[in-house]
Amino acid sequence: MQIIRTLQHPWQPQGTVYGTLLNFQREWDLWAPRMHDAPHKAPPNQPVLYVKSANTFNPAGHDLVLQDGVTEVDVGASLGLVMGDDAQVQAGALMLDWSVPHTSYFRPPIKFRCRDGYLGLPHALTPFQSSWDQLNMEVLCNGVLVQRVALSTLKRAIPQLLSDVSDFMTLQAGDVLMVGTDCLEGGLRPRARAGDTVEIRAAGLESVVQKVTAGSAA
Amino acid sequence: MKHARIAWSGAVQQAIESEGQLRITQGPHKGHLVSFDDVVWLPPLPPVAQARTVIALGLNYADHAKELEFKAPEEPLAFMKGEAAFIGHKALTKRPAEVKYMHYECELAVVIGRTARHVKKADAYDYVGGYTVANDYAIRDYLENWYRPNLRVKNRDTCTPLGPWLVDAADVTHPMALRLQTTVNGKVTQSGTTADMIFDVPTLIEYFSSFMTLQPGDVILTGTPDGIVDCQPGDVIVTEIEGIGQLTNTITL
Repeated sequence: MQIIRTLQHPWQPQGTVYGTLLNFQREWDLWAPRMHDAPHKAPPNQPVLYVKSANTFNPAGHDLVLQDGVTEVDVGASLGLVMGDDAQVQAGALMLDWSVPHTSYFRPPIKFRCRDGYLGLPHALTPFQSSWDQLNMEVLCNGVLVQRVALSTLKRAIPQLLSDVSDFMTLQAGDVLMVGTDCLEGGLRPRARAGDTVEIRAAGLESVVQKVTAGSAA
Repeated sequence: MKHARIAWSGAVQQAIESEGQLRITQGPHKGHLVSFDDVVWLPPLPPVAQARTVIALGLNYADHAKELEFKAPEEPLAFMKGEAAFIGHKALTKRPAEVKYMHYECELAVVIGRTARHVKKADAYDYVGGYTVANDYAIRDYLENWYRPNLRVKNRDTCTPLGPWLVDAADVTHPMALRLQTTVNGKVTQSGTTADMIFDVPTLIEYFSSFMTLQPGDVILTGTPDGIVDCQPGDVIVTEIEGIGQLTNTITL
C-alpha cells in the first residue's frame, strides 16, 4: 500500500474538515417523503455540510472516550478527501465520523458532531485514486461485519460534490472533505458503546480502528 | 493594546496601534511606524497549529430573533465556519450577480486565550484573550432548512471580514455593554448594544466548553442585533463596536 508521509505522524488534518450530510441514496430515499414537511419545507438543492472542528481529531492509536453523559454513539464510516495546494484532491483517508445520535437535521449539529475525539483517523494518507467512486467500505464492530458502504451509491459522486462545494467556498491545501456516511436499511447507523471496538476497512486504504471507552463521570 | 496583522514591505508583519499609526513589533522593521493606508490588513489572528475552530451564533439578540420571526432559542443556535471564510479590514466581499438579499451582520468576536474545557460562567472571562469585530455576511437566497443556516449562506469565500484590531481582553472593561453600529455608505442602518445578547459571552464559553475543548486562537462570533439591510455592489459597509474597532468592507460583483 502506497502512503504519503506527512509532517505529523500519526496523521492529523492540517486544515478544516467538512462532512457531508444526506449524500447516500439510501438515506436520501428514506427522507424523501418527509423532505417537504416542516421545518424543512423542501429538499436541499445543494450539499448539506458540517464542520468537524480540530478538537474532534482523534489520531490513530487513541480511544474514543465517551464524556459528559454520552453513553452511545453513531458510527459514520466515511472517506475523507485531502486537498492539495491546487484545489485538487491530493490524497484520502478512511475516517470514523462519530456523532451523538440525532434525528433532526434542521439545526446545525455542533453538540452532536463536534465533541472531543469524534473523528477517528488513520496513521497515514493514501494518494488519490479516481477509482474511489467505486470504493467499498466495511464497518466491523468487535470483529463482526455490521455495515457495507458502497461509494457507487453516493447521491453526489466525488467530482460532482467537489464541484458543488467549490462553487461557494475554496477548499484550501490541507482541508478535508468527507463524502458522507451511509445509514443502515432502517435509517439508523451502527451504534457503539463503551467496550466496543470499531473498524472501517477498504481495499487500498489504511483501516481505522478505534476502541470506545467510558470516561470518568464529569 | 490593539494588535494587527498586516502585509507590508513584502511580508506579513505584526503591529500595534500607536498614535494613529501602526508600529511594527517584530522582525527587521521592529519599531517602524507605517500609516493605516499603506498596508494590507489581514484578519488579526495569530497563526495556530491546527484548524482554528470558528463558532458563530444565530439569533443571539432578542430584537434580531423577533425580526426574523423566530422565538428566542432556549439554547445557543450555533454553527461553524472554516477559517478561510475570513478576510481582513478594507477588503472586497463578492456578491453573486443573481442574488436578491445579501446582508451584513455586525458581531462582537471573542478570541479564546487559554485552553477551555468545563469552564464555569463565573470564570469564563479568564479564558478570553481578546476581542475583534466581525461582519458575518449572509446571503438569504441560499438558505435551506437543513443544518440551517447552511454553509452556502454562511461559509462563503470573502464573506466574513474580521478586524481591524485584536484588542486585549484586559483593555475591554465591560464587554457586555458595548455599542454596535453599522453604516452603509455613511448612513446608520444598524444600532444596538452587546447588553442585549440572549446568551452573553460567559454563558457561551460555559456552554461550548461543556462538550468541547476550545483552544487559544479559537473564535466565537456572538450574533447580531436588529437592523440588517440588503447590500449592493459598490456599497461601503462599516461595522463598528465601541472600543474594539471600525471594520470597513466594500461589496463587489
